[in-house]
Amino acid sequence: MTTSIESPRAARTVRRGGVNWEKWGWIYMRVSGVALVVLIFGHLFVNLMIGDGVKALDFAFVGGKLSNPFWQVWDTLMLWLALIHGANGMRTITNDYAHNRLVGVVVKGAILAATVVLIILGTLVVYTFDPCPAGAPTDLLPTFCTGG
Amino acid sequence: MASDVVEKSGPRAHEAVPTFTVTMIVRRFDPEVDEEPRWVDYDLQMHGTDRVLDALHKIKWEIDGSLAFRRSCAHGVCGSDAMRINGRNRLACKTLLKDLDVSQPIYVEALKGLPLEKDLIVDMEPFFDSFREVQPFLMASTKPKDGKERLQSPEQRARFDDTTKCILCAACTSSCPVFWTDGQYFGPAAIVNAHRFIFDSRDEGSQVRMDILNDQEGVWRCRTTFNCTDACPRGIQVTQAIAEVKQAIMRGKP
Ligand code: HEM
Ligand code: SF4
Ligand code: FES
Repeated sequence: MTTSIESPRAARTVRRGGVNWEKWGWIYMRVSGVALVVLIFGHLFVNLMIGDGVKALDFAFVGGKLSNPFWQVWDTLMLWLALIHGANGMRTITNDYAHNRLVGVVVKGAILAATVVLIILGTLVVYTFDPCPAGAPTDLLPTFCTGG
Repeated sequence: MASDVVEKSGPRAHEAVPTFTVTMIVRRFDPEVDEEPRWVDYDLQMHGTDRVLDALHKIKWEIDGSLAFRRSCAHGVCGSDAMRINGRNRLACKTLLKDLDVSQPIYVEALKGLPLEKDLIVDMEPFFDSFREVQPFLMASTKPKDGKERLQSPEQRARFDDTTKCILCAACTSSCPVFWTDGQYFGPAAIVNAHRFIFDSRDEGSQVRMDILNDQEGVWRCRTTFNCTDACPRGIQVTQAIAEVKQAIMRGKP
């Protein structure tokens, strides 16, 4: 006759239902990290290495890139992924160091606010940037402004 | 360098072993007198075969009997004497003086991140609380198949072999920077001991443990710094065990 000894303690009640933010946050850091390696290093390579390198960077260069749908999507992805990644990382660090609940809420609130403002501003710039402002000296503008 | 011969009087067997002078700087704290811990130095004549634990014994037995530290087996089995030696968590009984740089003072202090009680003694309760929380015992409520034993193949046993070696010394948990600042985090040792049962084919409580560690203060707090793996006196691949538990939680099964 075999006997089984019951578990010495009742199972701990699992408190929360719903989405496990801590787990998805962890997964997000890794997924966005992989995407950011490509996006950030691609960005640095195209801006700083190709052609004339860093000397090519001027209003016309930026205006030209932001008029190209490929770079609009690239920059938008980089903006959203990096800002949410950075904000989530700062949230984690806040959870490490904020011993007091109030401090934690204030710091995380500030991180959230800064992130939302930067994402909105950045996205606006990417899609509403005018590469050919009226009355600007033509030698500073991308070639396509002057019907080249 | 210095080659003084051991006191002639004592008929010691290892008289031939050369001695050297070593300075031990121990972080002392007597809660009845001190407001703050203070560093105290001791110059000792030690042998090449001596360990940090022997140096602490020498201080306690020959210089200052009030020095407080835990030790029991003195052979790396019981896990009582984990402490911070030159800034790294080690067992005093497994750290040979000659493996440290004895031309420099050796700093010895209590484990970090746990409440300091006296000298090298910390309150281990918060550590054991997290250990208890992961329910580190075999949970098997069904009857074994043929009514006798719960059989396991060598491969199934090997799956969790590494984490069976834990001696609960707390070296890993108290080396973890997340544990230092966030006292709620379960810490590596609790996860190692959960791993021991999560991957045991005889156990039926894996889901319960994985739910516990899927908590806000569970495995996701780990930042893969590898301090725990470096600290473990049993050579357990602690960081890897934590990563395996993370993977199991994402899969939803061991
Ligand atoms: C090259 C691309 C990047 C990769 C591969 C990457 C990868 C990662 C990973 C995997 C983590 C999680 C670490 C852990 O929890 O163990 C992390 C954390 C973090 N990342 Fe990134 N990241 C990248 C770019 C960035 C950028 C551009 C920012 C800033 C906007 C940033 C800010 C942070 C912060 C603040 C943390 C939290 C650090 C911590 O938990 O202590 N990262 N990163
Ligand atoms: S895993 Fe290693 S360092 Fe951590 S408590 Fe167990 S034996 Fe000590
Ligand atoms: S005294 Fe037992 S492990 Fe060191």
